Amino acid sequence: MDFFQVFIELAQSTVRVSTPLILAALAGLFTERAGVFDIGLEGKMLGAAFAAGCVAYITQSVYMGLLAAILVSVLLSLVHGYASITQRGSQIVSGVAINFVVAGSTVILGEAWFRQGGRTPALSESGRFSAIHLPFADAVRDVPILGQIYSGLLSGHSPLTYLAFLMVPASWWILYRTRFGLRLRAVGENPGAVDTAGISVIWLRYRAVICCGILCGIAGAYLSLSAGAGFTKGMTAGKGYIALAALIFAKWRPKNILFACLLFGFLDAFAIRYQGFAFPLIGKVPVQLMQALPYILTVILLAGFIGKAIPPKAGGVPYVKER
Amino acid sequence: MSVPYAKLPAWAEYGLIPLVNLAVAFLISGLVVLIVGESPLEAAYHMINGAFGRGEYIGFTLYYTTTFIFTGLAVAVAFHAGLFNIGGEGQAYVGGIGVALACLALDRTLPWYLVFPIAILGAAFFGALWAMIPGWLQAKRGSHIVITTIMFNFIAASLMNYLLNKVFKPLGSMSLETRTFEAGGQLPKLDWLMSIFGLSVGSAPFNISFLLALVAAFAVWVLIWRTKLGYEMRTMGHSPAAARYAGIKEAKIIVITMMISGGLAGMMALNPIMGEQFRMQLDFVQGAGFVGIAVALMGRSHPAGIIPAALLFGMLYQGGAEISFEMPSISRDMIVIIQGLVILFAGALEHMFRPAITRLVIGLSPKTRDVAATKGA
Repeated sequence: MDFFQVFIELAQSTVRVSTPLILAALAGLFTERAGVFDIGLEGKMLGAAFAAGCVAYITQSVYMGLLAAILVSVLLSLVHGYASITQRGSQIVSGVAINFVVAGSTVILGEAWFRQGGRTPALSESGRFSAIHLPFADAVRDVPILGQIYSGLLSGHSPLTYLAFLMVPASWWILYRTRFGLRLRAVGENPGAVDTAGISVIWLRYRAVICCGILCGIAGAYLSLSAGAGFTKGMTAGKGYIALAALIFAKWRPKNILFACLLFGFLDAFAIRYQGFAFPLIGKVPVQLMQALPYILTVILLAGFIGKAIPPKAGGVPYVKER
Repeated sequence: MSVPYAKLPAWAEYGLIPLVNLAVAFLISGLVVLIVGESPLEAAYHMINGAFGRGEYIGFTLYYTTTFIFTGLAVAVAFHAGLFNIGGEGQAYVGGIGVALACLALDRTLPWYLVFPIAILGAAFFGALWAMIPGWLQAKRGSHIVITTIMFNFIAASLMNYLLNKVFKPLGSMSLETRTFEAGGQLPKLDWLMSIFGLSVGSAPFNISFLLALVAAFAVWVLIWRTKLGYEMRTMGHSPAAARYAGIKEAKIIVITMMISGGLAGMMALNPIMGEQFRMQLDFVQGAGFVGIAVALMGRSHPAGIIPAALLFGMLYQGGAEISFEMPSISRDMIVIIQGLVILFAGALEHMFRPAITRLVIGLSPKTRDVAATKGA
């Protein structure tokens, strides 16, 4: 039974680590499915986390913090949209630029406003999302297996975690069962056809970019309002890129995103918990290999050695209306 | 499809537009300085003074410039073939293996001028190797080069962390670095070059790899504009379909281009390892690979543009250190903002001011106006 307890704890931390990955990967799903590549997920998440930390501290309200995070992230998305949709600049270059601007300015502004070495002041309870305890979680704690799963794994997460997991079927529904989603996917495959049908490619892509901004904002808010108690310098620590890897690993599909993020989250949680753990058969695996594994797996997948990841056809190409 | 923009004279195309883009980037950076509550003019003064005020400062500026010439050239070479190599950071990091191996093996027996060529080959070899894999994956397996090079940056970071921990670290040492090289692994400073201008290099690590960077810049110019390979690369960059139709082997060009690009990025490792620290440390690249993107975009992928762009970023890095010393609320992260804004305005938004400038330029010069009028543009 001890083994089972360990498993529950590991699963619990996997869920925690995966939450921002799921949100950010879904964010990427919306823009990339609309044909706008976005390697600026990292920057948007970082900017959102910073805004959330600042505003939640000043207003002492977690919801204002969340709102600020979404606002900043959407603004950054619109910059990306303006550069890559309206100005038809390179989407990759624009994403890189956003990552740098945010990485620098969060530190400079944070230091100027709070003077705590680039972090925002620690948040009190009212400035953070407190964990939701599902009903009877305490009562059934001692029931073997089912009770442990219920109270140890399902209960006691941040509301944003539940939101993240709900967003997976919701995104699927939006993308595959609504008119907006159908058009969004069409604009990523063949914008010319969408344009012929009399639908504005530009406006559709802007809406996709805004959706991305909202989800990235929630992901960022999770980092500073739920996982941590305030913003710390560079707190995304490459999570945006892992989310990007997960998005590709999932072949741009909502359901696969959930599993890819859980897998990458598990690798991370495992690496943190069991440094120097000796596997049966393989022996000790260096922690550096565990850290690099998500990236290695994505490269192998991209190379077509395990399945084939085919990106949206019009991805990365600015749309020029025929004249 | 109609031509989106009228053709501009060369001075406007290669001079005015980059300058306007740069000016906007700096204006916004100035705004950030204002928000922080400091004076942008004072910051600019400290920056210029910190970068050029003394021989030693100039030495530091040129030391950073050396690094950025290498990484800028690396990105530019790939750009010419239509490839976006974001992996300069990782390639430079892995290139360090070549430098460290050459120095650790030979520094006690050979003089620096014999170790240096071997280290150059080593750096270029490992950098090229690290870029070859994404290149090969793009050419043969169709995986997107941008994504794979990003992934390879992270893999490189883990790999180097492991190697420094398990292979390079001397026994009993706690810090993640190789042992300090003896005289054979130390590049001479260019104090004679500075003293021609009556300046003293002081403690600045301005070393001979600067000359290597200039040679590399010239070699890149020859490669891109004076060789068959360069012609094929540019053809592929302009139109992959035309290149295929002309019988150019796409896969071969992609792999070779990436190897040249990675080799150049790898050679960057010579400057900090053999020129400054005399040992390989954890994270010695410090984002220089990413600065290369900004440098290549600003220099419009031409060596003659890359050298001044690298000098500009060298000035930002050295002057930025001085600013953070004089004005504590502006840390060196300010450079990261400027770098991002330069990438944004010189890269993604490069056409934003073009219509206005075109109108202005054509309005100003009677000759181009007549040409435009006869063409009915």
